[in-house]
Amino acid sequence: MTLTAPSHNPPLSGPQTDLQPASMRTEGGWRAYLRKVAAIAAKDLRAEARAKENLSAMIAFSVLAVVVFGLAFDLRVPRADMVAPGVLWVVLLFAGVLGLNRVFGAEVDRGSLSALLLAPVDRSAIYFGKVIAQMAFMLAMEAFVVPIVLVIFDVNLFSPWILAGLLLGTLGYVSVGTLFAALTASTRARETMLPILLLPVMVPIFVAGVGLTANILDGREFTEFGRWFLILAVYDLVFITIAFLIFDLIWEDA
Amino acid sequence: MTTAAMTRRRAATGGWEVALLALNVATVIAMAALVWASLLYAKPAINLSGDEQTAQRIFYLHMGCNIGALAGFIVSLTGSIVYLLTRDLDWDRATQAGIEVGTIFGLGTIVTGIFWAKPTWNTYWTWDPRLTTATITVLLYIAYLLFRNGIDNRQTRARFGSIYALFAFLSLPLTYYSARWFRSIHPVVFSGDNPEAQGGFALGATMTQTLFIAAIAFSLLFSSLMIMRWRILRLEDRAAELREEIE
Repeated sequence: MTLTAPSHNPPLSGPQTDLQPASMRTEGGWRAYLRKVAAIAAKDLRAEARAKENLSAMIAFSVLAVVVFGLAFDLRVPRADMVAPGVLWVVLLFAGVLGLNRVFGAEVDRGSLSALLLAPVDRSAIYFGKVIAQMAFMLAMEAFVVPIVLVIFDVNLFSPWILAGLLLGTLGYVSVGTLFAALTASTRARETMLPILLLPVMVPIFVAGVGLTANILDGREFTEFGRWFLILAVYDLVFITIAFLIFDLIWEDA
Repeated sequence: MTTAAMTRRRAATGGWEVALLALNVATVIAMAALVWASLLYAKPAINLSGDEQTAQRIFYLHMGCNIGALAGFIVSLTGSIVYLLTRDLDWDRATQAGIEVGTIFGLGTIVTGIFWAKPTWNTYWTWDPRLTTATITVLLYIAYLLFRNGIDNRQTRARFGSIYALFAFLSLPLTYYSARWFRSIHPVVFSGDNPEAQGGFALGATMTQTLFIAAIAFSLLFSSLMIMRWRILRLEDRAAELREEIE
């Protein structure tokens, strides 16, 4: 089978004409595509499970940030649920950048980016694999942040609608963030550039997330806060589609 | 510069140079006319008084800057899409020039708005959807310019810049609607049959004429800045190519 070809044998120069990278990238239909996506995601999750550097930093930073916000607002804010939605989403945006910087940054530092790009998969499979792994990190981090907000601010965010909003918002954040991480990975000063690029594009997610969380904490009905779900869903749909179409262009000369 | 070089320089002054010079002269005249019209010619607004009446005159600049910013960002959207399809660097230069000029006009829109808002709304700043969107737009495009500077390869810079410009522009409608659902106090001046529209039809003759002059003057200003910036970027790329050939 073509996939077992030894790596020291360059497929394009050898006599085996069946080793066409293009067909290896696309053959097998959508089941093979999903397997490739899962393989990329599993690779990142396994690397993280062994090194434990990315997720632990995100969790430590987000918990610290909630505590610092709690201290900063303690004297002047009469009711904690007035600021808790803003704190939640600011912390997620900022802590998420830490993880996103490592999505391709780690590959560049280890020198494994070109190996990843040589993998016989469509580039969009790399993108979706990275998005899934990063989603897992973000959701794991949120599993720490939400209880910490409950403890520090005494605001209970365990409502199904807030958790659904977190899921949709995180998906939009990670899908755009992963693409921007790929853009910044090989540029100078990538760690500082990523948040500058990412935060202004994240305004719809941020505003919708804060609006949604605040409306639910105020005890509004779905007819009132449903439009925030509309913003989040449209954002996710539009940007995942465009990222899927455009991701091929990023490393076209690599 | 040697005499021979100066002669060649003068000989190269073709039709386009003359046209650009004419455009620049027209821009200067139109902007001077706008200053006169907005400060002296346009009659004061009769339904306002005091500081508010004086501050109202800034609207001529506010609207003009807004035209320039909008035009610049539309050029940038067109430029980034056409670049990604054709890979012609001229379109990337158009994107960059559009964003640079548009950002300057966008800052102008925000600053004039701030000066008008203090006497009228009694606050410099508010999270009105138009203000929010304008500010986020300027921040997006400043990020674009910073991002470009960090990429060394010319083709990569053009491609990554175009991808980011595309994402930036597409996020703006969602930014606007999400901010709009937060709240809004911005006056809707020109908006067809919108029942919230104030003014527009109630403008005096001199005010309408001044607005007309402002639209023309700022369109000319935008065009000449845009063309000159585009030419400079083109010459810079040419200089970089020549330097590489020598090395």
